[in-house]
Amino acid sequence: MTAPLATAVNTTAVGHAWAAASAVADPELPVVTIGDLGIVRGIDIDADGCVHVVLTPTYSGCPATAVIRHDVVSALQDAGFDHVEVRTELAPAWTTDWITEDGRRKLAEHGIVPPSAVRSVQSGASTGHSGASTGQRVEVALAMRCPRCGSPDTLLVSRFGSTACQAMYRCTSCLEPFDAVKPY
Amino acid sequence: MLSQRLSEWASRAPEIEEDIALTNIALDLLGQARALLDYAAVVEGGTRDEDDLAYLRTEREFRNVHLVEQENGDFAHTIARQLFFSTYQLFLYEELISSTDELLAGVAAKAVKEAAYHHDHAALWTVRLGDGTDDSRRRMQAAVDRLWPFTAELFDADDVETGLAAQGIAVDPATLRPRWVRAISDTFTTATLVIPPTVWTSHGGRRGVHTECFGYLLAEMQYLHRLHPGASW
Repeated sequence: MTAPLATAVNTTAVGHAWAAASAVADPELPVVTIGDLGIVRGIDIDADGCVHVVLTPTYSGCPATAVIRHDVVSALQDAGFDHVEVRTELAPAWTTDWITEDGRRKLAEHGIVPPSAVRSVQSGASTGHSGASTGQRVEVALAMRCPRCGSPDTLLVSRFGSTACQAMYRCTSCLEPFDAVKPY
Repeated sequence: MLSQRLSEWASRAPEIEEDIALTNIALDLLGQARALLDYAAVVEGGTRDEDDLAYLRTEREFRNVHLVEQENGDFAHTIARQLFFSTYQLFLYEELISSTDELLAGVAAKAVKEAAYHHDHAALWTVRLGDGTDDSRRRMQAAVDRLWPFTAELFDADDVETGLAAQGIAVDPATLRPRWVRAISDTFTTATLVIPPTVWTSHGGRRGVHTECFGYLLAEMQYLHRLHPGASW
């Protein structure tokens, strides 16, 4: 762990580093930054001037993680920090609740439905249901409005989508398909 | 190993949504495996890394249960295997969240959400196929009958695991069995499927003794790495 320095200069530098790292675009969803997604979990600068960045992956196997690490190092070097160390921490586990308001707005503007504030039920098995016969997923599907025409009449086409964090829907009003970030 | 198996569905699933779903699940499992192998490498002393453990171990050194190495079969077989394994994983990770080992607890907190999603996916398909047409029900039941003997092994513990469970680090898999059977039975009831009578059970994967299909699976998984050692891109 790094020893935090309380001087004004370093506080400013940390803020500067934080801004640079947070501004890195997500490689799979470039309309949002990794700051918007809430995956930058901590930044510190040690006595030797080395920046320590803590990231958390959205999903265990998210293939973007390696690219994000690389991009964060480059962004910080461009911002004048020569020594950068990026660490990945799994706990506490990322949740879609960490996506910022700004991030939600940008996703919506690009036709990707941000995760709804109502959390989906994670597990049928744990709650004693078969996981297959419950109406809980229906509630989630009904809450999903079409990002193009705004219709609530949408259909879950697949619980998995083009990236690890998305699911595929289709609007039954305007017939267009769209992606939505899985509540997680 | 299950990640490798599921990857075989890429471009071959019955519909494109399932192609994406199965490979997404494979990716989640790969991520979980990487975190665990990376940790295993540290625990054993740091002379090997996660790639060495995945690509350079021999068949006998792999400790996976027989269920995950079984061939994909038809879509029903893959779904039955997914249902059995994801339900087990879900309960395992739910318990592992309270492990006294910080890293294992962290991996579990992440993986439990993924396992829950995988479980729902498999349960939905089990019901759709089981409570579907005559043909889909027949094939789903055949898959269950074929794979059922491989489920008992999920709950076998070895001495290392039992010792770690006593210290609050690992979970004794035997303790998960009642919940697992209950969850599977509930899903089967909705799916109009039946648990077959137990005629025989498969054991030994966690001691490194595998079924015939494992060697072929491993050969394909390790081929490229062994052909081009240390290559990067």
